[in-house]
Amino acid sequence: MDFINHQLFIKDINVHIDPILPKKTAIITHGHADHARFGHDHVIATRQTIDIMKIRYGDKCAKKFTPLRYGQKYSIKNYDFTLYPAGHILGSAQVLIEKNNHRLVITGDYKVGKDETCKNFKLVKCDTLITEATFGLPIFQHPDPKDEIQKLIRSVKINKNNCHIVGAYALGKAQRVMNLLRQQKYNETIYIHGSLEKLCQYYSKEKINIGKFEKVSSKDKNFYEGKIIIAPPSALKDRWSRRFPNPIICMASGWMTVKQRAKQQGIELPLVISDHSDWNELLDTIKKSKAKNILITHGQEDALVYYCKKQNLVSKPLSIQGRSDEEIE
Amino acid sequence: MKKFSSLLHNLILTPSRNTKIKLLQDYFKILDINRAYALAILSDQLSFQFIKASKLRELVYEQVDQHLFDYSYDYVGDLAETISLIWPTKKEGKSQNLSTLIENIKKIKKSEINTEFSKILSELSNNERWTLIKICTGGLRIGVSERLVKTVLADLYNKSVNEIEEIWHGLEFPYENLFQWLKNETSKPKIDFKKLFHPMMLANPIDEEKDFKRLNANEFQAEYKWDGIRVQLMVSSKSVSLYSRTGDNISSAFPEIIETTRGDAVIDGELLVGRNFKPSGFNDLQQRLNRKKASKDLQNKFPVFIRAYDILFYKGKDLRKLSLFERRKYLEKFQQENKTNQIDLSFIINFSTWDELTKYKNNFHDDLNEGVMIKLKNSEYLPGRKKGYWYKWKKNPKLVDAILMYAQRGHGKRSSYYSDFTFGVWKESELVPIGKAYSGYTDKELLVLDKFIRNNTINKFGPVREVKKEIILEVAFDDVFPSTRHKSGVAMRFPRIHRIRWDKPTNEVLSIEEFKKEFKIG
Repeated sequence: MDFINHQLFIKDINVHIDPILPKKTAIITHGHADHARFGHDHVIATRQTIDIMKIRYGDKCAKKFTPLRYGQKYSIKNYDFTLYPAGHILGSAQVLIEKNNHRLVITGDYKVGKDETCKNFKLVKCDTLITEATFGLPIFQHPDPKDEIQKLIRSVKINKNNCHIVGAYALGKAQRVMNLLRQQKYNETIYIHGSLEKLCQYYSKEKINIGKFEKVSSKDKNFYEGKIIIAPPSALKDRWSRRFPNPIICMASGWMTVKQRAKQQGIELPLVISDHSDWNELLDTIKKSKAKNILITHGQEDALVYYCKKQNLVSKPLSIQGRSDEEIE
Repeated sequence: MKKFSSLLHNLILTPSRNTKIKLLQDYFKILDINRAYALAILSDQLSFQFIKASKLRELVYEQVDQHLFDYSYDYVGDLAETISLIWPTKKEGKSQNLSTLIENIKKIKKSEINTEFSKILSELSNNERWTLIKICTGGLRIGVSERLVKTVLADLYNKSVNEIEEIWHGLEFPYENLFQWLKNETSKPKIDFKKLFHPMMLANPIDEEKDFKRLNANEFQAEYKWDGIRVQLMVSSKSVSLYSRTGDNISSAFPEIIETTRGDAVIDGELLVGRNFKPSGFNDLQQRLNRKKASKDLQNKFPVFIRAYDILFYKGKDLRKLSLFERRKYLEKFQQENKTNQIDLSFIINFSTWDELTKYKNNFHDDLNEGVMIKLKNSEYLPGRKKGYWYKWKKNPKLVDAILMYAQRGHGKRSSYYSDFTFGVWKESELVPIGKAYSGYTDKELLVLDKFIRNNTINKFGPVREVKKEIILEVAFDDVFPSTRHKSGVAMRFPRIHRIRWDKPTNEVLSIEEFKKEFKIG
């Protein structure tokens, strides 16, 4: 595993994984902005991640694209790369790197739980595991997302004169919330913030069931009474949200586990819906991967490092530049 | 319990006062034993003798690894929430009433607390567990004041909130007489006012720009604002008792007051330490606070007296509806009739314009007052912090520039932000901490500081981060005292961050010697 450094850079063959700055060859785990950036020479990713990058940054956001299917091997010199589903968002992947019989997995962002909007996480056994730790504290034990989405549906039923604005990241979370609503038989049109439109259209095209949606427009104010509107979290605090009748501000995020967090952000109806693994899933993945060497990237790494050491695993935190330790998509 | 815990959950999350009122009204539509417990909890009058924060920590350490708990607590910044989230999930038991649950907990024997209380915690849902732990640790911090609850009850049952306020301190759990009166089943509860602590009249800070333009100086009187503790002294031929501002009986800690006071009155004043009515500062007073008893030695070293501001009752007569001006005459009469070495009167400052008063506020010779109080001469004695009657006008604080050294995540509203700052001044070529502050900055400044800390950590000691010594904070504080407990030899009173000094280089910060000299510390 000495072949990769703390920036997820393989010097030997000049390959980066999820680099922040433009690079020669970049393997991209998924389309979120803290992983997928504009301006690389060569991007290697799943077809869907490449599509998403093109939607967000334009067709020319990289000079060359190499789409890989899940499970398809791609070799550069004596390094073999394979992508496996990460269950995080549509197109998200873990990266398996094999060299001289050493298997190293970079999980990227991942969740173990079921999700109809993307391929479910696949456990890959390895010698070295580089895992994320966004929710790497034992207080994070995500509830069943169905129960959480029911809270929203109930509140819509009770508060008929209010509209519900749900903060959700434009890529992945927004569509997952829509899909969960459909799973729970909410069949009304869902209204979306303009910045979500292209991505929602893409999800629909990829046959993800997010149902009927429509961009919010300058309709009569009362039109939105009793409706569900989905918007990126940044729009909740913006003037944009003031145009709606008696909005109840909701947020779909794993961070909503902590009441104080919800309160700080002015969230009245927190929905604990996460696209990351919770504490138990992180531990479970570490155990089942059989890896003896655990590196822990962005998030609450201290507790996880401590836990691994107690299990006699070699473990250390890996601080990747450009990723803040909180509020990651 | 489900109902009450979801009430608290909703109250904490709604920013709107109207929604809070609506939620409380829905809940108090029924008045039963569960509501009686709820009322006791909301007014912070319920606690369990054996189950406090330290016990809860002990219990949670039995369930989860201590280090993992500490990491989590550091992140969440709220003990009740951390415990409720980290507690291993068991199967939820049958839902219980709030009253049944509390009564069951009260029945637990001390020796069985660990097993029995843990069992209860395991059988609750996350939110109920959070509620129960909040009840145990006290101080709900859900943005609902006792006053708001009283207002809701008054509105809901067509009573005036002042009527409730007046009898409040004479009421006791389970509030049967209150509930019956609210439901119009009986008349207003009879309270023996002589034995009752009367809620104090409090002042609002003055807004120099707005208020002085608006208010007519001739209608107000001013007094110095003393830096002691506000007390209520109840004297009758049978007994003398002393209450703190929150209504706690503190008589036993100040025997010299109790033994010497005569007469028949209820007095509002400031308790101070000093001889011959010369106050000697808050640091000395602190030697007398938080003690159940005071030895003769302590009484000799740090004698206390009361500086009287106001009088509420005189010889059984309720004076609270009279004007302050009238009450003052009664106060002077009381003092003339019952002269002691333990009670003097607050001095009334003569002034005719607000400008004139400014001098008094800032230039009082011996530095022992905190500023001035400005009181409407014809104000009745009204409980609580009513607007438009009494104002406080504090002196400008003392200021010092210091270098940010360490930071820690905050609690409550500021949880997860690095918002507790330790700052220091030079001692030769090193820095020595002189204080710690966790308020005063704007939300914007907090974000900047939080970001700086995350990006400039050079060391971690558990939850504490040491940062690069680059940021200068202008710290405001009320006072500074010599201290043997701190390495720097000084202890600040109420330090807060005044602003960030982007303009100043770190080498211009004072040394500890210069600091002591400037603020006259031996």
